Amino acid sequence: MGLALLAIIWLITFVSTYFFIAKTWWLPHGASAAAQWIDGQFALTYVLMGVVFVLAQVSLGYLVWKYRDRPSAEPVRYSHGNSTLEVLWTTLTAILFVGLNLMGSHVWASERFEPAKAGAIPVEVTGMQFAWYFRYPGPDGTFARSDPKLMDPSAGNEAALGLDTSDPDSKDDVVTGTMYLPVNREVDLTLRAVDVIHSFFVPAMRFKQDAVPGLAIHMHFTPTEVGDYEIACAELCGLGHYKMHGMLKVVSQEDFDKWLAAREAEKQ
Amino acid sequence: MGILTPPITTRDPKTGRAGGGNPPHGSGSGGDRGGDNFADYGPRLRRARLGVAVALTPILMLFVSFTSAYVVRQGLPTLDERTNTYVRDWIPVNLPVALLLVNTLLLVTSSVTLELERRRITRQAALAPVSSIPGVSLGKERSFPWLASTVVLGAGFLSGQWMAWRELANRGFYLATSASSSFVYLLTATHAIHLAGGLMVLLYAAATSLRQAPVEKRRIVVDVTAWYWHFMALLWIYIFALMWFVR
Amino acid sequence: MATTATLHSHAAPQGFIRKYVFSLDHKVIGIQYYFLALAAVFVGMFLSLLMRIHLIWPTAVLPLIGEIKPETYLSLLTMHGTIMVFFVLTTAPQGGFGNYFLPIQIGAPDMAFPVLNMLSFWTTFVAFVVMLSAFFVTGGAPLHGWTGYAPLSALTNSGPGEQLGADLWVTSIAIFCIASLMGALNFITTILDLRAKGMSLMRMPLTCWAWFITAILGLLAFGVLLSAGILLLLDRNMGTSFYIPLVVVNGQVMGHKGGSPLLWQHLFWFFGHPEVYIAILPGMGVASQILSTFSRKPIFGYKAMVYAILAIGILGFMVWGHHMFMSGMSPYSAFAFSIMTMAIGVPSAIKTFNWLGTMYHGRIRFYTPMLFAIGFVSLFVSGGLSGPFLAQPVLDIPLHDTYFVVGHFHLIMGVAAIFGIFAATYYWFPKMFGRMMSESLGKWHFWFTFVGTYCIFMPMHYLGMAGHPRRYSQLTELQYLKGLIPLQTFMTYAAFITIAAQFIFVINLFWSMMKGPKASDNPWESTTLEWTTATPPPHDNFGGHTPVVNHGPYEYSVPGAPRDYIMQTDPATVASH
Repeated sequence: MGLALLAIIWLITFVSTYFFIAKTWWLPHGASAAAQWIDGQFALTYVLMGVVFVLAQVSLGYLVWKYRDRPSAEPVRYSHGNSTLEVLWTTLTAILFVGLNLMGSHVWASERFEPAKAGAIPVEVTGMQFAWYFRYPGPDGTFARSDPKLMDPSAGNEAALGLDTSDPDSKDDVVTGTMYLPVNREVDLTLRAVDVIHSFFVPAMRFKQDAVPGLAIHMHFTPTEVGDYEIACAELCGLGHYKMHGMLKVVSQEDFDKWLAAREAEKQ
Repeated sequence: MGILTPPITTRDPKTGRAGGGNPPHGSGSGGDRGGDNFADYGPRLRRARLGVAVALTPILMLFVSFTSAYVVRQGLPTLDERTNTYVRDWIPVNLPVALLLVNTLLLVTSSVTLELERRRITRQAALAPVSSIPGVSLGKERSFPWLASTVVLGAGFLSGQWMAWRELANRGFYLATSASSSFVYLLTATHAIHLAGGLMVLLYAAATSLRQAPVEKRRIVVDVTAWYWHFMALLWIYIFALMWFVR
Repeated sequence: MATTATLHSHAAPQGFIRKYVFSLDHKVIGIQYYFLALAAVFVGMFLSLLMRIHLIWPTAVLPLIGEIKPETYLSLLTMHGTIMVFFVLTTAPQGGFGNYFLPIQIGAPDMAFPVLNMLSFWTTFVAFVVMLSAFFVTGGAPLHGWTGYAPLSALTNSGPGEQLGADLWVTSIAIFCIASLMGALNFITTILDLRAKGMSLMRMPLTCWAWFITAILGLLAFGVLLSAGILLLLDRNMGTSFYIPLVVVNGQVMGHKGGSPLLWQHLFWFFGHPEVYIAILPGMGVASQILSTFSRKPIFGYKAMVYAILAIGILGFMVWGHHMFMSGMSPYSAFAFSIMTMAIGVPSAIKTFNWLGTMYHGRIRFYTPMLFAIGFVSLFVSGGLSGPFLAQPVLDIPLHDTYFVVGHFHLIMGVAAIFGIFAATYYWFPKMFGRMMSESLGKWHFWFTFVGTYCIFMPMHYLGMAGHPRRYSQLTELQYLKGLIPLQTFMTYAAFITIAAQFIFVINLFWSMMKGPKASDNPWESTTLEWTTATPPPHDNFGGHTPVVNHGPYEYSVPGAPRDYIMQTDPATVASH
């Protein structure tokens, strides 16, 4: 039985570790400026935790086999413990865990403690049951007023957000169901939600933030590679949660300008 | 007849706690007194007091939770969807302060009367073992009906709170009128429900006294309820102060 | 000197109702709780089976149940989580085993307040009935997840099941809060006031320490959950706006304004995090007890184990924000919570080292309780080590609300804690029912469950890293999920086998209750007080006399002693620590 336990525990350990090392299923390719830092911290964590995991499970398997009761077993070594060892492994664990956290904290600080830099492109992201809408403020740089009483989700886009067309700023506000961003330029997102909590999640950008009704949350990231990236809703929002997805298209600055100009033109 | 049971002092006997290092009295000593109520009411009282102290903890946590929700909400600006800015929309409640002060007086007085009853019954319970001595007569004299007074004052407080809610409604503050009014009703109603529970127990205490239950048992009920009641009085003062100063 | 025996002079009850229904005997109440949890776990498992089937075959029409619509899936998910967390993990370890064995292990004839104990069970039972009734009302059970985030849970038109079903859900939880608080009161008073002579706090078995700290956690946390539930009921039914800001549902402006969805999260998780420690601490206590017994060696570092339990309890109240890193909470608060969260990993690690240290140079007997205790350690390591990923806010960005989290908490709560319950069952069954369970059925149960649960829940980490969000009722919409479906399929088949294997346990349990070989008073040669008394214990636990404790709880293989174990009540002359 001891041998069976050792074998199975070691087998489970090695099989799961294999899939982690082989990255058979892994984080998608990172396409934002933050990705390398986040992935770096991720790698550090998983190497350290992986080593602890393997050591702990291998020791467990080994101990239950080696110290199995049998006629030839050694007598039990009576002991209530070892204070020195306790202090030692407590201190090492504390250093490992807290140290790991502190190392990752500077990445968190740079992502979240500071607002977007000047020159970032402002986009308002609004989640509602069950779609994402993206609003660009246009040449005047300001978002027009919206009025909850004017919201009509069935009409889509501007009407879904309840854009107040009597506000002159609304003439150049573009609302779309697909998000376009220029590459290598920081985006200053304002996250809103209309009904319940949603969460704007773009795995490739290593970006996630809950969109909370009653709050306008500012976040930023910088896409660094042209491409199409799926957006998923990552906070349970009702029966359509699984199909509340969108698409982020990162394009060159010229393509972005052309696209935006075309959308502005449609509004006239 | 004429055999005195060992003297019992008025302070609660500290029975030797098992692991407390007291010299052993012999493991079977308690069993001899199995049928004797007097000797075990000390531990029974201590256990009941411990129970009520523990029970007051989650009640405290309930109000701590309401307090933090209240304080944060009071200071929190809300997003004005139309202008995309945060504005403060807190409307202070027009509290019927005079009425609430009267209610406070009623409740504090009821705490005093209940404390007087608690001390009276403590003395009565302490002297009970000697009541068999000829010439010593206890428990049958008339003393001031502190317990009944407490019940009346407590009921007075609750009806006063009811009147306060009616007055709030008159002033246009209902449960859902504003965040501030919601909290006022929430805090006062939750307190009132807990106090009403205490009042039920007081009625039970009065009933047990009428049914001639042993004085030790009655003492425990009154003692434990008194601590609960005092807590409710202090809690009310806290809630009143909170609603007044955080508005 | 009055002893506890005189304070509990209620005679053994007569009559079926007094003996088995409204019993005041903590042993009967413990068994009642256990069977409630057993019923609940089968309901919960069945719900998860339906979920797993639907994920792989979304269009399948099942017999009796019919088609599983997206909202149905979410209701299954909500009720699965709620039933498992409350009616299994908060019921069996504490209400079940704690009720049965705490008084005996500390040498008391019963709990401090037997009537309250009886009431706490029946209140839990009522809560369970109310919870199940949500399935049968118009609209069905709620779909807002066991975490019930507002405004989804606070708006009656946010989805099917969010009307009466959601009200019943909140009401059931509120009733459960009251029941748990009653139980916590009893546990704390009992431990503080009813320990037998010689049973100092530092001689209590680690199971008692675990039940003690768990009760304190419950005492402090359930009041806050109750407050959250009251505010939710008011928002749902009385038009208040504690949680709901100005919202527009399907084009309709709702009459709320100014509320904060984050308030619900703070209140819920202030309860919710201690709750997960409530779920695991008793299992840790049982693991310590069993590892020591079956290694024939004292627990390594008893004092450190006690301090670790205390540290987990205290720190458990300071980490709730780690569920809210992505919520819109201040990033500075997130940083503070994350440091505390890493800190709480330290006492958990200490306990793991000490479990390994206990087996080191022991002589391990592989009876079924020991297998589950060893499995507990392995699963606790696996489940625990995904914690440091989630504890770092910056890594929580890709991992929050993905299957990585689902894998983490299932390994820790849904498997390790359950292994604690299994280990306790196999260990204490002889004492409770006077018979032995089948060892061979036990071993089959262990192997299938150990391997099976790893097969179900380890792959979830890979899914999470690949960005697979949780609580998705169908995997057909997001393109990048397509490549992950084979892994989901594997998990479903593993679930079939693992769930089927649980019937081995049930058969073993009920067969052995009736037909198992008779058990002696101390079949495992264990040292704690429950093994000094008859099997099953008499009504007042110790047959009229009060035990006197002379030894610590885990005196195995003491050099110079006549046997390889010293019972806690053995005379003091026998050498021990």
